[in-house]
Amino acid sequence: MTTKSKKSSSKKTPKRSSKTSKVADFGRKTVRDEVVLSVKDLKTQFSTKWGTVKAVDGISFDLKKGETLGIVGESGSGKSVTSLSLMRLVPSPPGEIVSGEVNLNGRDLLKLSEKEMTEIRGGEISLILQDPMTALNPCFSIEDQVGEGIRIHQGIKGKSLFDKVVDALKSVRIPAADQRAKDYPHQLSGGMRQRVVGAIGISSNPSVIIADEPTTSLDVTIQGAYLRLLKQIQEETGVGIIFITHDFGIVAKMCDRVAVMYAGRIVESADVRTIFNNPLHEYTKALIESVPKLEQKTGRLTQIEGQPPALWDLPEGDSFAPRSTLKFSEKDAKIRPELVEVSKDHFVQLSRSSVKDFKKYAHLVNY
Amino acid sequence: MSTKTEKNTNSKSIVPNELGCTTSTKDSIVQVRNLRKHYEVNKALSFFGKDIIGKTDLLKAVDNVSFDVPKGKTFGLVGESGCGKTTTGKLILQLENPTAGEIYFQGEDVASMSKAGLVEYRKSVQAVFQDPWASLNPRMRVKDIVGEPLQIATTMTKDQIAKKVGELLEEVGLNEYQSNFYPHEFSGGQRQRIGIARALALNPKLIILDEPVSALDVSIRAQIMNLLVDLQNEHDLAYVLIAHNLATVRYMCHRTAVMYLGVIQEMGDTETVFNNPQHIYTNALMSAALPSHPDIDRDELVLPGEVVSPINPPDGDVFQTRTPLKVDTKHKYANSRPPLVQVGKKDHWVIETPWSIATKEMKVNLAGI
Repeated sequence: MTTKSKKSSSKKTPKRSSKTSKVADFGRKTVRDEVVLSVKDLKTQFSTKWGTVKAVDGISFDLKKGETLGIVGESGSGKSVTSLSLMRLVPSPPGEIVSGEVNLNGRDLLKLSEKEMTEIRGGEISLILQDPMTALNPCFSIEDQVGEGIRIHQGIKGKSLFDKVVDALKSVRIPAADQRAKDYPHQLSGGMRQRVVGAIGISSNPSVIIADEPTTSLDVTIQGAYLRLLKQIQEETGVGIIFITHDFGIVAKMCDRVAVMYAGRIVESADVRTIFNNPLHEYTKALIESVPKLEQKTGRLTQIEGQPPALWDLPEGDSFAPRSTLKFSEKDAKIRPELVEVSKDHFVQLSRSSVKDFKKYAHLVNY
Repeated sequence: MSTKTEKNTNSKSIVPNELGCTTSTKDSIVQVRNLRKHYEVNKALSFFGKDIIGKTDLLKAVDNVSFDVPKGKTFGLVGESGCGKTTTGKLILQLENPTAGEIYFQGEDVASMSKAGLVEYRKSVQAVFQDPWASLNPRMRVKDIVGEPLQIATTMTKDQIAKKVGELLEEVGLNEYQSNFYPHEFSGGQRQRIGIARALALNPKLIILDEPVSALDVSIRAQIMNLLVDLQNEHDLAYVLIAHNLATVRYMCHRTAVMYLGVIQEMGDTETVFNNPQHIYTNALMSAALPSHPDIDRDELVLPGEVVSPINPPDGDVFQTRTPLKVDTKHKYANSRPPLVQVGKKDHWVIETPWSIATKEMKVNLAGI
C-alpha cells in the first residue's frame, strides 16, 4: 500500500472555468478551525413492541467549517437515525430525541420551536437523501422542486427565482440549465437527477450538508463525477459535509475525519489517515480488512463473524464483544466501555474485549 | 458404422473458434458464440412485414458476444448499468431467447437440445440474484424454498428432501432447525445464504451470480464472498459473476470481460487485464473506482458525454461516441464492428481501433503514485 501523499490536483479532470465559480455568491473563504456543528451526548430512542430501541445512544462530535466527516457503520448502527435527529425529522411517536445538544452556529436545534426549525431545515442545514431516483417528485418540474426551498427561505418570486434556480443548477454543472429547469425528473438521467438533488441541497447556501449514502445506487463513473462535484462545491463554499456511508472507499476518497458507529455508539473516531493506518478497535480493523482491494490481488478476506446485534436487546457492556475474536473474560465484556482520547483527536471506545492493545491505554480508564 | 459416427458429431457439435475464447471445449462448461439479443422498441405499424407508419428501433442489449466459461473457474462480466451484462446472464439461464448466436454447454448447442437434455441443462445451471429481499417468496418456508428444485427435478421422497435441505443449510452456514422459518426472520446475509443453498440443491456445474453481494452490508459481503469461493473449491463449480464493482471482480474472478453497450471491449486473465488495461473504457472505469486508502489519489480519466442509449447504437465501433480521442469517420471501424485483438502473447484481448487504446497519459495508475 502506498503511503506517499499526493496533493497535486488531477491533470485529467477539466479545471473549473472561472465562469462557473461566479454563478452563485459562493465567495466565502474556507476556514478550517471554526466549529459549525457540535453534537453532544445525543440520544434517540424508539418505543417498539420489543422494547426501547436505543438507535443513537449518546454520541458526540464536532464538524468544522469546510470539513467532511464520515459516519461509517453497517445497517442498524444508528447512522441514518443520527442524520434524522440532527434535522429533527425523527418520526414521533415512536421516536424521541431523549437528550443531548445539537449546536449549529451557536444555536441548540433541539430547543427550537417547530416553526424556527422549519426555517433551518433546507436553510442552514440540508439533507441529500439516500435514493436520488425517488427523492424527486415526478409531478413537479425541476424548476419547482429546486425553487421551493429558495422561495420559502429567501422569499424570492418570479423571474429572479427562476434565475436563482438556474444558478443553482449551473453550480452543480448541469449543461443547458435554463432548459433543464423546465424538465421533469423522468426526462433526466440518473446522474443528472442526482445533481438536481444536490442543487436543492446547496441552493440555500447551507453551512452543513448531510449526505446520507448519496451514491449507493449509481454507477462507478457517475459516482466518481458526483463525489468530485461535492468536493468542488465544498472548496467554493466552505460548507461542512457529513457523509453517512458504509463504504470505506468513499471515506478514503472524501472524508477528513471518520466516526465509526456500532450499535448506536461511536466506537472509534479520528482523522482519516489514523483510521486507515492505525485503527485500534477490532470493528474498525475488520471493516477495513473485509473489503477486497482494487489495487492488488487480495488474499482471503477477513470476515466479521455473526450479525450486528438487535438494538432492543443489546448485550450488557461492550456491544461488540460477541463478535470480537480477541480473548477476554466474561467480566471484561460486561463493563460498559468509555470513549477515550488515546492520542490527539483519536478517540476509541476502550475495552478489553474489543481493543487488542488495551494494556497500552489501560491507565486512561479505571476499569 | 458410419451412422454411429454421424450420431456422435450430432450430439457433440463442433464449437466454432472465436477470438478471445481460449479454453478448449473439453475444459469449458459453457461456450458462448456470437450471441445477440435485440429488443424491438417503439414498434412501427407494419403490414406484411413492411413498415407503414413509423420506424421500429432496435435496442441491442447484447451484440455479438463470445466467451468461454472454464470448468471450476469464475468468469466476470463488468460494466455500467445498461451494458448488457445481466441480459447475457439471462440468455445463459435460458430466461431469454437469443436473437442470434449459440450457447454450447459442454460442447452441445443448447438450442438444439432435446427436451430431456434441456431439463438436464436447467439442473446444471443455477442462479443467485442481487436482492435477497425480492428473490425469496415471503410466503414460503425455507425448507420449501430450498427443497422446491428437489421436489420438481428429482424423485426424492419427503424425508430425503428434508434431510438434504438440512445438509444444504449447514453447508452455507445456517442451521438445520432454521428450515421451518420464513424469509423475513433472516437478515440480508442469511437470506443470500438461503439463495445460495437453493442454487446448490441440484448439484449444478455453473451458477450465474448476478451482483450477489452489492445489496449486502459491507461486513457481510466478505462472509458471502468467502463462502462462494469455498463452495467453488469444494464442488468444482464454475461461476459467471455479473458485477459493477471492480474490486469484487478482481477478488473473485479468474477471467474478466469488460462490456460496453452490449459489446465486450476487453477480455482476458483477470490479473493481466488489471495490471495492464489497454482499452480507454477499462482505464476510465478503474480510475473512477473508489480507493482503498486515503493516500491513494488516482487521476480520474473522465470520458466525454454520458452513457449512450443502446437503442440504435452506431454501426461501427460502439465506443466511438465516448472516446476522448479524435474519430476518423472514414476509418473502416467507424462504420463496421472491429474484432478483438490479442495483446502480446498472453490471454488478453481488446477491441483495437485508432481511438480505443489508452495512450500513455491515459493509463490508469491503480496505486495512484
